[in-house]
Amino acid sequence: MSTNKGWGARAFDWFEERLPIVSFIDHSVGSQYPAPKNLNYFWNFGSLAGFMLVVMILTGILLAMSYTPHVDYAFDSVERIMRDVNSGWLLRYMHANGASFFFIVVYIHIFRGLYYGSYKAPREVLWWLGIIILLLMMATAFMGYVLPWGQMSFWGATVITNLFSAIPVVGDEIVTWLWGGFAVGNPTLNRFYALHYLLPFVIVGAVVLHIWALHIPGSNNPTGIEAAPQDKIPFHPYYTAKDAFGLGVFLLAYFAVVFWFPNALGHPDNYIPANPLSTPAHIVPEWYFLPFYAILRSIDNKLIGVVLMFASILILFVIPWLDTSRIRSATFRPIYKVLFWILLVDCVVLTWCGAQLPEGLPLILSRVGTFWYFFHFLVLLPVIGWIETPRPLPTSISTPVVAKPAE
Amino acid sequence: MADTAENQAVPTADESRRDFLLHATVATGAVGAAVSLWPLINSMNPAADTLALSSIEFSLGGLEEGQSVTISWRGKPVFVRYRTADEIETAQSERWQDLPDPQADEERVIDPKYLIVVGVCTHLGCIPLGQKTTEPRGDFGGYFCPCHGSHYDTSARIRRGPAPTNLEVPEYTFLSETNIRIG
Amino acid sequence: MKLGMTSFAAAALFAVVSFFAASPVQAAGEAVELEHQEWSWDGVLGGFDRQQLQRGFQIYREVCTACHGLDYIAFRNLEAIGYSEDQVKFLASQYEIEECCDEFGDLFNRPAIPADRIPNPYPNEQFARASNGGSLPPDLSLMTKARPNGPDYVYNLILGYQDPPADMAEEIMPGMYYNSVFDGNQIAMAQQLFEDLVEYSDGTPATEEQMAKDVTAFLHWAAEPKLEQRKQTGIRVLLFTFVFTVLAYFLKRRIWADVKH
Repeated sequence: MSTNKGWGARAFDWFEERLPIVSFIDHSVGSQYPAPKNLNYFWNFGSLAGFMLVVMILTGILLAMSYTPHVDYAFDSVERIMRDVNSGWLLRYMHANGASFFFIVVYIHIFRGLYYGSYKAPREVLWWLGIIILLLMMATAFMGYVLPWGQMSFWGATVITNLFSAIPVVGDEIVTWLWGGFAVGNPTLNRFYALHYLLPFVIVGAVVLHIWALHIPGSNNPTGIEAAPQDKIPFHPYYTAKDAFGLGVFLLAYFAVVFWFPNALGHPDNYIPANPLSTPAHIVPEWYFLPFYAILRSIDNKLIGVVLMFASILILFVIPWLDTSRIRSATFRPIYKVLFWILLVDCVVLTWCGAQLPEGLPLILSRVGTFWYFFHFLVLLPVIGWIETPRPLPTSISTPVVAKPAE
Repeated sequence: MADTAENQAVPTADESRRDFLLHATVATGAVGAAVSLWPLINSMNPAADTLALSSIEFSLGGLEEGQSVTISWRGKPVFVRYRTADEIETAQSERWQDLPDPQADEERVIDPKYLIVVGVCTHLGCIPLGQKTTEPRGDFGGYFCPCHGSHYDTSARIRRGPAPTNLEVPEYTFLSETNIRIG
Repeated sequence: MKLGMTSFAAAALFAVVSFFAASPVQAAGEAVELEHQEWSWDGVLGGFDRQQLQRGFQIYREVCTACHGLDYIAFRNLEAIGYSEDQVKFLASQYEIEECCDEFGDLFNRPAIPADRIPNPYPNEQFARASNGGSLPPDLSLMTKARPNGPDYVYNLILGYQDPPADMAEEIMPGMYYNSVFDGNQIAMAQQLFEDLVEYSDGTPATEEQMAKDVTAFLHWAAEPKLEQRKQTGIRVLLFTFVFTVLAYFLKRRIWADVKH
């Protein structure tokens, strides 16, 4: 049949018959995978997150070749990477700032989901996998920050691992088990290194499932209406091109920080070697943990603070059922739209609060912010879905909406 | 509306040839990716602190005739020997053309008094014996490798045994009458 | 959705601004006003002034090294601030490194080589404390990165010695000195820089401000020796990325031209 094909094409066919990789890719993200034609730029953030995962793994593996996970050598090994290893400074700054940009991208990705109702049926498991990825990222980032063994590394580890002592009855034993000793020390550093190397590959697995779960129903879109086949276009070349452009814009921001403000998102105290006998004046986690830190410190009771902090993420699992609205996209939900923006502002305020001392105005705002956060999900979501009168939905994606909502 | 929009977006074979924009973008992206791989790969090359120790200086002034010293260079042992007159004589008078790895003694030393070789057997990497006076020196008065029985002579040339080549002479220069720099 | 995007961008900007603003110094409630200096490395392509770095190194050697280590700097690194290989070799040979061990099992001294790090003035922390009334002079290799607004902080601190205000005069503890910048205003280090304390080999007048500026610049190089390579690489990377982004934009528009979206 293919007597006219050159040897290259025939070799290709031979391989594809046995392991259809190219055909698989083409059907998943290529010219054979249909996607709604009206996706806006907020749909770029998934591929950006995938890109950052690859960047973090690549830079991480190379850093791991020069890093020493021992309390007496860790800090020095990082400085050696910065000064002596060829392009070591680049690897380190890309990795440290890469974590921040990974979270920026993922947070926007999550808020996109909240706005457009991407968590609603039939995408609940897709949403769950996303939350699992977020949790894995947070664990990975937390342990990664300990590795340079600076003051913030050590004391951040101490504070956060100490939280588990709030668990009744077995709390202290659990903390000792986590530490591998009676305080954060070398056993802790070693196991954090092992797990920090492991978890990103678990994230890769979760991402595979996440994309698989996405490809069953296909992508949501800004209208929230399921896209009809005629309203879809092949992922390649439309979204490959759009993702490439989005990647370029993203890289401009990422590289600007890596090359000109590489320490802006970090804390100067982490350039001081860890000293178990001297606590820094203000222990602050990295910015992406600040809202959770604010929630934690808003309650005087240690156990309740810990429970609320974890609950703030775990509650995301049940959003598909908390939200009672039949309408997916906030585009057509005037009340929910306002609530969304308030929630976003709430999260930003909590972020700011997390960096302040828990007293005075920041403490008040933390409490209000924490209350509002849970109120939004537990009370407002169910109630608003029920009582809200949505705007009229268009019949399809292509049909221009009769009264296009004034944005 | 059920238009095959994709047919118009993806250029035909003819248009591709003139599709400068597509090729330019893809090429730029590919070059960018390739160029950014280089620092990553290069990061695995020896770091500055390793390279700083790639040369060491050594003072021969402390050595007496017949005395040997082993120093560490680039993670390997280097044999430095102040040869006796007999050893030099034997090394130089040998019919080197007949040796398993033919090399004249004059080619292996700068100052014939000092033999400086990497102390790693060229067979499978063991460290030959002969630096200490208590160690066996093999049948040719030089070095003897206990692992598989390679014998080296007073110019550290392989004479008998499985080693294929003479002990390696590292690059070195005399900075003064008694100071050398290896590497 | 356009308005939505704008609001989103506004919220994102607010987030960025808010946490940049939330510096630990302000969180402490004691905002110390640091006089911002102009540094040679300010700006997109700012770098180091090698003359200045050499002057700074001279101050470090003549004043600071008595108490402060610079553990992460090796003699060979000094080639980056303009010294030749021979000058570095000679400089190194003036220092002694303690090594283990001779044939009797004792520590012995040998002259330093360029590959060695600059030796610490003290063999261990306890010795350092004992020599300084219980206080530990910190290593200076990373000082300008280990403090918020590091270079300005170091500069202002070195020059921050004054008579204490009347209400604090009695509270200064013995062995401590009033400093307007140091947290708590009492520091265990006495003022170190005085006019003409050193004679600069390039003839620059050694005012207190000049010396403070030079040694701070040197310390910032010590903390961030790859600063210049970083910025130069950044320019190339950013330019390239910009070109790619522009191309990708037009390609995207061309591909999407016929889709109503």
